[in-house]
Amino acid sequence: MHVTSPVRTPLVTGGKTYADVTEDICKQVEGKPTKEWKIAFAISVVVLLYGTCCLFWTWWEGLGVWGLNKTVGWAWDITNFVWWVGIGHAGTLISAILLLFRQKWRTSINRAAEAMTIFAVICAASFILMHMGRPWMAHWALPLPNTFGSLWVNFNSPLVWDVFAISTYFSVSCLFWYVGLVPDLATIRDRAQNKVSKYIYGTLAMGWNGSAKTWARYEYISLILAGLSTPLVLSVHTIVSMDFATSVIPGWHTTIFPPYFVAGAIFSGFAMVQNLMLIARVVYKLEDYITFEHIEMMNKIITLTGSIVGVAYLTEFFIAWYSGVEYESYAFINRATGPYWWAYWAMMTCNVISPQLFWSRSLRRSVKWTFFISVIVNIGMWFERFVIIVTSLHRDYIPSSWAMFSPTMFDIGDYIFSFGLFGTLFLLFSKYLPVINMAEVKGVLRTTSEQLPKKIAGVSKADRLASPAYKKDAE
Amino acid sequence: MTDANKKFLVGVYDDDDVALAAVNKIKSAGVKIYEVYSPFAIHGMDIAIGHPRTRIGIAAFCFGLTGFLCAITLTTWTMGIDWPMVIGGKDPLSYPNYIPIMFELTVLFTAFGMTITFFLSNGLGPTVEPLLFDPRCTDNKFVMAIDLSKNKMSEAEIASLVKASGAEEVSVKQV
Repeated sequence: MHVTSPVRTPLVTGGKTYADVTEDICKQVEGKPTKEWKIAFAISVVVLLYGTCCLFWTWWEGLGVWGLNKTVGWAWDITNFVWWVGIGHAGTLISAILLLFRQKWRTSINRAAEAMTIFAVICAASFILMHMGRPWMAHWALPLPNTFGSLWVNFNSPLVWDVFAISTYFSVSCLFWYVGLVPDLATIRDRAQNKVSKYIYGTLAMGWNGSAKTWARYEYISLILAGLSTPLVLSVHTIVSMDFATSVIPGWHTTIFPPYFVAGAIFSGFAMVQNLMLIARVVYKLEDYITFEHIEMMNKIITLTGSIVGVAYLTEFFIAWYSGVEYESYAFINRATGPYWWAYWAMMTCNVISPQLFWSRSLRRSVKWTFFISVIVNIGMWFERFVIIVTSLHRDYIPSSWAMFSPTMFDIGDYIFSFGLFGTLFLLFSKYLPVINMAEVKGVLRTTSEQLPKKIAGVSKADRLASPAYKKDAE
Repeated sequence: MTDANKKFLVGVYDDDDVALAAVNKIKSAGVKIYEVYSPFAIHGMDIAIGHPRTRIGIAAFCFGLTGFLCAITLTTWTMGIDWPMVIGGKDPLSYPNYIPIMFELTVLFTAFGMTITFFLSNGLGPTVEPLLFDPRCTDNKFVMAIDLSKNKMSEAEIASLVKASGAEEVSVKQV
């Protein structure tokens, strides 16, 4: 039995009952697509089609269509990849780490955040395929026996670790998400009016009936998957950072990278969750489920991780000077004062200064400010990766090979592709699957909803109805 | 799932606390409860009914160990035996570099193994017809099923017991 102190603010407002939760969440799955949804979906598909054309040309012509040159061999492709992977960290963090910390407010946002994670990782993976240039040879990154002799992938390389980390992360996130979906799919199945949806949701629900035995195993497997996902989510961006940190390029070769990248990933991931949830809560009328309390909690995490990122930036700068390595020092001075100074200061302003505004409670609980700062944070985090990648590369050891990077329409078009893909997938999810985990929200309802009676274990309903506590609550 | 043509007494409850209290009450009266179906996990319900503790955790350890051993075999075979190569002046077989691979494969095997075990042990699958005594148990009701053939008490006695424990509706279903 868990009893929540009455001084705690409820997680779900509006005095919802179990039936209300089912009704509120299933409504958008069962109803016809709204006009707004259709417009948003059409825009996403158009963006995706434009991006697909650009991507087709990138693959048809080769990577020469990008603005890369001999000095800057990695630019928007890897920037976008790291940016999307970073965004893909919030979902599993919310559902796994917050589960282990018993943060019950996660229940209203974990479903959508996990969906966002999966789609963001798909977008990130698309940049991996893009920067390979020859995506039909992508399987060479896997340890497969091949026909060219018994040469294997190099397990000493962080790029191979990355293949393992991201594919594991993606598949484990999908499993975690799906196992959580099964009880809700069963709810939709049992409410379905027509045969087609009953068949589809019924197949996906796998015959779930909510028996106590199944629930006990469900709770156990959730715990195990959470326990596995917690180090996994930290390992993914650690390994992504090692793609840089194990090289010997000044500006990349630093031991601070793993924790700094992980904090940055959580930072940008939560910002993206905020953006999506603030829209979803208005469109699907979920104000009672995603309350100001939730928004405030997430803003606190944004401030914390933003501050960690800020400290990391300063530490990097300090160590560049303190190490006495002139190449390292130059790389950092060049970042702040060289030709890419604007990118560096955009990053500093967006990531270090803007989240500090959330020390003010009224800004933390303001929808407009939260949305605005979340957008700023994601712009800043994109610039962070751009600064790390491009400004570390563009002035290498020989001044004669110094160069600048300017994106072509294909660099931009391929980035637009990922937005189209993400938007399309997320809109499909938000229409055809429950955006809030109904079963878990029902589980936290009793301890939080103000209207329902306080927990009186072992008292029969008749006795409880007669008790003064119930009457008081019902008023 | 269950043998055909079994008679079940079905009690529908409106509240998870009432249902949990009812399970304890009915159990102590000497009635065996077949199962309780609920829209969300009720902590302690499986123990109250008398289900044995799930051993799914042991499976997790076995899958994890398999993944870990696979990673060791894979890296040892490819890097050390089949095609040894000196990379960066290091020993061809340098295990510290393979820790990420070992970790990822351990997690991958455990996650997949556990999910498959979870579905199989619960008898869940894409073509499985759910055993639903009352379809509202995935919405807002808590449904208790008592197998009448497994109990010595008469149907009427059990029905009155279930009713007294706070059930809203009591019915008999043939499954």
